[in-house]
Amino acid sequence: MTTETNQIEELALREYKYGFETPVEVETVPKGLNEDIIRMISAKKQEPDWLLEWRLKAFRHWQTMTEPKWPNVKYPPIDYQDAYYYAAPKGVGAGPKSLDEVDPEILKTYEKLGIPLHEREILAGVAVDAVFDSVSVATTFKDKLRDLGVIFCSFSEAVQEHPDLVRKYLGSVVPYTDNFFAALNSAVFSDGSFCYVPKGVRCPMELSTYFRINAKNTGQFERTLIIADDGAYVSYLEGCTAPMRDEHQLHAAVVELVAMDEATIKYSTVQNWYPGDKEGRGGIYNFVTKRGKCAGRNSKISWTQVETGSAITWKYPSCVLLGENSVGEFYSVALTNNFQQADTGTKMIHIGRNTRSTIVSKGISAGRGQNTYRGQVKIMRNAVGARNFSQCDSMLIGDRCGAHTFPYIEVQNATGTVEHEASTSKIGEDQLFYCRQRGIPTEDAVNMIVNGFCKEVFRELPMEFAVEAQKLLSVSLEGSVG
Amino acid sequence: MTSVIENNAAEPYAAYFAGLMSDPLAGLSHAIRNLRREGFSRLEEMGFPSQEDEDWRFLNVSPIVRGRFLPPPPAAAHEGEVRALLDSAAIAGLDSYRVVFVNGRFRKDLSSLAGLPKAVFAGSLAEALASPLQTRVEEHLGKHLAPKFNGFAALNAAMIEDGAVIFVPRGGVLDKPLELVFVSVPVENPFSTHPRNLVLIEPTAQASVIETYIGEPGAAYFTNAATEVLVSEGARLSWYKVQREAQGAYHVAATQIVQERDSTVAHLALNFGGAIVRNDINLYIGGEGATGVLDGLYMISGRQWCDTHTRIDHAKPNCESHELYKGILDDNARGVFNGRIYVHQDAQKTDAKQTNQTLLLSDTAQINANPQLEIFADDVKCTHGATIGQIDEDHVFYLQTRGIPKDEAKSLLTYAFANDIVRRIAIDPLRVAVEKIVLAAREAPTDFVI
Repeated sequence: MTTETNQIEELALREYKYGFETPVEVETVPKGLNEDIIRMISAKKQEPDWLLEWRLKAFRHWQTMTEPKWPNVKYPPIDYQDAYYYAAPKGVGAGPKSLDEVDPEILKTYEKLGIPLHEREILAGVAVDAVFDSVSVATTFKDKLRDLGVIFCSFSEAVQEHPDLVRKYLGSVVPYTDNFFAALNSAVFSDGSFCYVPKGVRCPMELSTYFRINAKNTGQFERTLIIADDGAYVSYLEGCTAPMRDEHQLHAAVVELVAMDEATIKYSTVQNWYPGDKEGRGGIYNFVTKRGKCAGRNSKISWTQVETGSAITWKYPSCVLLGENSVGEFYSVALTNNFQQADTGTKMIHIGRNTRSTIVSKGISAGRGQNTYRGQVKIMRNAVGARNFSQCDSMLIGDRCGAHTFPYIEVQNATGTVEHEASTSKIGEDQLFYCRQRGIPTEDAVNMIVNGFCKEVFRELPMEFAVEAQKLLSVSLEGSVG
Repeated sequence: MTSVIENNAAEPYAAYFAGLMSDPLAGLSHAIRNLRREGFSRLEEMGFPSQEDEDWRFLNVSPIVRGRFLPPPPAAAHEGEVRALLDSAAIAGLDSYRVVFVNGRFRKDLSSLAGLPKAVFAGSLAEALASPLQTRVEEHLGKHLAPKFNGFAALNAAMIEDGAVIFVPRGGVLDKPLELVFVSVPVENPFSTHPRNLVLIEPTAQASVIETYIGEPGAAYFTNAATEVLVSEGARLSWYKVQREAQGAYHVAATQIVQERDSTVAHLALNFGGAIVRNDINLYIGGEGATGVLDGLYMISGRQWCDTHTRIDHAKPNCESHELYKGILDDNARGVFNGRIYVHQDAQKTDAKQTNQTLLLSDTAQINANPQLEIFADDVKCTHGATIGQIDEDHVFYLQTRGIPKDEAKSLLTYAFANDIVRRIAIDPLRVAVEKIVLAAREAPTDFVI
């Protein structure tokens, strides 16, 4: 994020003080999941018939599937009938009345992250009036984007305004048959973001959920679709560093990226949902399917993620490298503390000639956290000259946590070159001693070393984000060194 | 491990199993009969693994499962072939003790055990059970490698008839390498053998063992071996496995090695033969200060399929393990390497290193490499690395500029790649023999050997 956008953002936030009342309709659909519910969701969103058909097909397929058991995570069985699948933005009275009612732990975290007071209220889900809907700023951005021909709107809006684009690309990267949670998402997805960058356009700003309007509170089944046409460039930021209050325990989002000839998509995520308390009670299950398709020649998709939240994180942002000379990248920092579990990694599927991919994964386990890197590098028969480099490093803090590495390497072509390296280590006693000797307290020293360990990934984040991510890491690590 | 239930997995073996149990001579002992029963019921319960199982997803074993391979009747009609095979398996210049099995049955007449130090035992399972070692054998057999390990281990337990037992007493040193040679020659029908081996190396004892599998070209058979090895406190064991089964043969082998404190184990596996080959090598480091080494080389071509799964368990602190596996794949060969290092919570100060390197010589060869780390202790040093690549054209060019023809240059570079493993063989005559096998496989002149 540039300083300029940052200022605008601050401006936007300041305006809230004088906020205006927004009438909020409370719409809910009965509990449970069946075809009627899906029809109801589709009708409420006034979707065209083809989309309803698609949802129903996904639902019928989902019914034939069983929940996967292979991830290295443990959680009690989920009752899919015991949940609401559609809820429009919550009205006044749904959340805590004021910050006094919010968990003091969370407030302390906001303090440390330096989040402005009114923003804290929003994040904690305090039922204030309309939240980010600052029309003036948003329209400024929208105008600028519209001039360039960039479409950036909520998914529901895109379905109404740009049905052809949505129809063409929806499910083209993650088909509804892909996996259990992707099928569930396809059947009941609530909303999400849609972005289309036309030929030759370089999107002038980082697109972020921060100033995305009308698409906030997108619920548990988010659906994101980003298309970069020939020669386009777009950088998209998802999530935010502050812990968000959330009603739903299960989150099953789907993100699809399509990069055409010479296009580049950069997708950055900072995820810090509620991880449960120190005893491991509660917390979000974050089961996400993210995949990008480098459809065109010389295209590039780069995933960067900082995962510190959620009780269970289970996601593999992947790249299908179809176009000749296309490039896939994956940079990840995953931190598990207390009872958190993470099974995350990537898939790089090399199909086109001279495709290249890089994987850098840093896992940090503290407390009783279990951190798993699971990745696949597949070089298909026609991927002549394909190249992959993977590095996954784990760091353990404390003796009750675990670090696991499960890379899958499949090579079907002799001209492919694959390198994989992994290491596991702890923070060296001598490193700590060195810092302490120079007057740096143990906790700060640990933060310094952990930040150094993750530097390769933070470097890939937009600058503003990187600073926040560093702060976030040190907050998340608090109390893990004794 | 979960298996897809194959209700009829045990069915082809049921009649043979019943015969085995009703034959008082083949009964061996109560403990063995119980182990057989357990194996058979496990097989009925679990079935054979399939590609639905995570541990078997890259190997298609259905030809073995469908094949209905039964243990062959004792046959003496192929003496000429047996002797020819034994000659070809002989390692030039090696002075060794030899325990020979033909089609799964111990052959005392072909074995050479003269001069074996007193108190050392090497011979067949039946002999061991008839000796003072009986209680020791019964105590350990099936304990380290339980039938529940997988369907093939269950089948092996159900079919126990023969196998090798090695016992080296406290402080004993085996002065010469001990060879276990498993020869397979064709009989009328496709057949299976289920060698069950038990090796007990007592405290501070030392031994080196060469386990060889060799088969008559063209023979259709399935070897399903299971080996349990206990290396006690302060003992040292080096183990070489040389697998040269017939090109069309199937070979499934599970080896479980258990190490006690301050012991040293070096296991080196060389796989050249077989159509479908699966090796499970598990090293359990259960005592402080122990060192374990797993090395391996497989070199396959044609339509061969070779799957190696290794697992190293670090259960106690201050232990070291090193692992280097190399594969060379040509034509349509398929290789699988799955190496897991599991560091238990108590195993602080563990130093584990694993390397896997694969050389692909053809565009149609395939490799699946899955190096895995599972770590529950924080003060450890664990690394793994995997590389997959081809012969460097620059290296070939360099050799060409020195007047070495292109094909020969490639063979030389392939040999150099393999030599990392081969040169770790501490028994000189075996090393030279393996070098010759590697060079012959690349059709390179054998005088490359320095």
